[in-house]
Amino acid sequence: MESGPITGPVLTDAAAGETPLRPADLSGVPAKPNPAVATGEIGGTFWRRFIFRRPLAALILQRLGLSVGLLFAVSLMIFGGIEALPGDFATTYLGQSATPQAVENIRRDLGLDRPWSERYLDWLGGAVQGDFGTSWASKNSVSEQIGNRLGNSLFLAFFAALISVPLAVGLGMLAVQFRNRMPDKIINVISLAAISLPEFFIGYLLIMFFAVKWGVATFPATVYDSMSFAERLSAIALPVATLVLVVLAHMMRMTRAAILNVMSSAYVETAELKGLGTFRIIARHAAPNAVAPVINVIALNLAYLVVGVVVVEVVFVYPGMGQYMVDAVTVRDMPVVQACGLIFAAFYIFLNMAADILAILANPRLRHPR
Amino acid sequence: MPELLSVKNLKIEATSYPPGEPPKVVTLVEGVSFDLEKGKVLGLIGESGAGKSTIGLSALAYGRGGCRITGGEVLLNGKDILKLDRSGINAVRGCHVCYVAQSAAAAFNPAHKLGDQVIEASLRHGLMTREEARKRALYLFRVLGLPDPETFGDRYPHQVSGGQLQRAMTAMALCPNPELIVFDEPTTALDVTTQIDVLAAIKHAIEETHTAALYITHDLAVVAQISDDIMVLRHGKTVEYGTTKQVIEAPKEDYTRALVSVRQTRRDEAADQSGTLLEIEHVHAAYGNGFKVLHDVSMHLPKGQTLAIVGESGSGKSTLARVITGLLPPTEGRITFDGTELPKALKGRTHEHLRRIQMIYQMADTAMNPRQTVRNIVGRPLSFYFGMHGAQKTERVKELLDQIEMGSRFLDRYPAELSGGQKQRVAIARALAAKPELILCDEPTSALDPLVAEGILNLLLKLQEETAVSYVFITHDIAIVRAIADSVAVMHRGRLVRFGPKSKVLSPPFDDYTDLLLKSVPEMEIGWLEKVLKTRRMASAGN
Repeated sequence: MESGPITGPVLTDAAAGETPLRPADLSGVPAKPNPAVATGEIGGTFWRRFIFRRPLAALILQRLGLSVGLLFAVSLMIFGGIEALPGDFATTYLGQSATPQAVENIRRDLGLDRPWSERYLDWLGGAVQGDFGTSWASKNSVSEQIGNRLGNSLFLAFFAALISVPLAVGLGMLAVQFRNRMPDKIINVISLAAISLPEFFIGYLLIMFFAVKWGVATFPATVYDSMSFAERLSAIALPVATLVLVVLAHMMRMTRAAILNVMSSAYVETAELKGLGTFRIIARHAAPNAVAPVINVIALNLAYLVVGVVVVEVVFVYPGMGQYMVDAVTVRDMPVVQACGLIFAAFYIFLNMAADILAILANPRLRHPR
Repeated sequence: MPELLSVKNLKIEATSYPPGEPPKVVTLVEGVSFDLEKGKVLGLIGESGAGKSTIGLSALAYGRGGCRITGGEVLLNGKDILKLDRSGINAVRGCHVCYVAQSAAAAFNPAHKLGDQVIEASLRHGLMTREEARKRALYLFRVLGLPDPETFGDRYPHQVSGGQLQRAMTAMALCPNPELIVFDEPTTALDVTTQIDVLAAIKHAIEETHTAALYITHDLAVVAQISDDIMVLRHGKTVEYGTTKQVIEAPKEDYTRALVSVRQTRRDEAADQSGTLLEIEHVHAAYGNGFKVLHDVSMHLPKGQTLAIVGESGSGKSTLARVITGLLPPTEGRITFDGTELPKALKGRTHEHLRRIQMIYQMADTAMNPRQTVRNIVGRPLSFYFGMHGAQKTERVKELLDQIEMGSRFLDRYPAELSGGQKQRVAIARALAAKPELILCDEPTSALDPLVAEGILNLLLKLQEETAVSYVFITHDIAIVRAIADSVAVMHRGRLVRFGPKSKVLSPPFDDYTDLLLKSVPEMEIGWLEKVLKTRRMASAGN
């Protein structure tokens, strides 16, 4: 019988599949709202007039609506995907003693004999109210357990973001200012190396040097309720450093590319012919127009910080969502897998939506209509 | 007194990277020298590729896109600015010398308010305080005739019109009180009626502030209004250099003479008005979002004649062409072609309808598939409409190429291997291949240099004599209308202002708009601008 974590790859596929779409998607934010498209979706003269008068509000509402719709679609896919998996909890749980009768009993206890549409609506109804049911394996409330774990994951992601985002944008601007000169090349090589090494390898390298050889960092990074804030910070130092190294390169290179793209525009030539210094040209004339693509890649990486930390959490024995989900997959604990999947998807969709909305707000044509 | 700007023996090179060949160094400008006194204006004139912009930018020691200034001197107040280091040159740019770009729409940063951008250079160079700079900007907005000068600076670039942006760009250049401004085709992208306002504003502002200027343009009539001296350039070399009066009234070189006389193709209108080919009756049209672009437009075109539709951008002239082709079905009204009513939408039209009406576009570049040879481009309608193939098709393509005066050696060339004028000729051959009765020409010459455009117009006239084809010729250029039209329709903001035979439409009494349009076309006559402005002032004083 098959026993691999099939849900894992399915999820990351969905995440990876979205990556190449992002930049194109954002540059496609219309300079002016296209009423024909929008009305096609929602219809009605009221909406049409609304788009004309408040293009900004209309676009944002549209994004919100799309996100909610997308989340529903994802919930359906998660449920359907898990439904379609070979093997089930009962056979895994019973192992050697899986007689047809025993399997049947467990299935009935868990309500698996009901039609799937009924179970889906049940589950969705609960999920909307924040109730993800009971774990099959531990018989505990899923919501409660996730509450703790999610807090831990967000704690880790928050500090990783706090360090990596300003660092990436700063390094990106620095790379542009010294384009094709030594600092740019050094930044490029280091970021390429960081992006090429798998995160578990970076994690183990850091453990080897900082925890084992020099003994300056804490390992494992397990956190407890009784720890003080300072202790927690010291515990997560290494996983945060690993995450920063992993996401930094992507954001930095995107910032550099976005600014370089803007640097070849006519208004930057104008700024040069005004005799402005390089830094002012980059910071004042190029950066505001490079914001949209940069926000996008930042949102993507923030989503990765929350969703993609599975490996890092496992390496550092950190009690976050990722580890929880991996454990649940191995025992086919479906309510937990479904809940984790939905929450990850919600984060992903929310962050991308936020990026879209910020990019819309960053567009002066939409902010200041004629 | 030393000259303000003295350029000596300038040489500018660029490296080009032809695919599959080693990089080549191309000389763009060679041996160009001129002097400019304080407060004077020098016009640099020539076709595209003549090196005018490149020379203009050398006054700021700036090479665009890989151009390098490799020889000569650019002396500003006796000091060679080519020898300055980066910070030295930054102190010159935006302070002593300023630049006005051709496309102000692209040259303004979309993310910042106009006012902040206008005063930025003055503040950065420490020339004035923010308060002083604001006052100066306000003064300049007034001098340049911008609407609501007090609040104009609070707007963003996308919130004002193209003509206003161009004036704002001039204000931006004037704000630091520079000694020299380089104007790089500042009115080329504007409508004629807007151009004259901007031209007048620039002239007034230059006189008011005693700033010297290099004025770059391809339009001799424009430069005649504004400059003291003129330098004619071709292929990066000086053709002729002299005072405006001498260059315009007594040109020495053949090339200059050709430029001066370029607008002299004339044709009398055809007397015969029998046999209507195209009749447009009470046509209304709107875009998908409900925005009305055409209001009750009616006109007609006799067989074998030319109807010119003139108007500024946004007047609805191109939309009318789309309505005739069926690309944009009219909301009301009807179009009759050769006695039968045309189905409104493209979908409802037959093969034969499509064949009889062909189009030529403004940008031949984008209207042709870059991966097809001339043989395929011109041959496609032959197989599509007449089912031709093989030797017969090749024979016909050769005939067509002869007709457009290009010949069969171009058969296997790709569009990228043709010049702008040749591309437009191929586009004409493609239209002719369908043996149409009507060709819609949408500004086919406005992207071309004057001498090349002249050649295309003559070709169109020759083809009309040979094949009796009718043209609907969309243009914003009155000179072209004079040259080729039989009847004229003047359009303004989606409405027909005036329609009739050329002789009637272009002679008084005029309605207000046609009058404005006709008087706005620059004439190759020194002092024309002053004359027009004077009559305008008198007219407004009389009101």
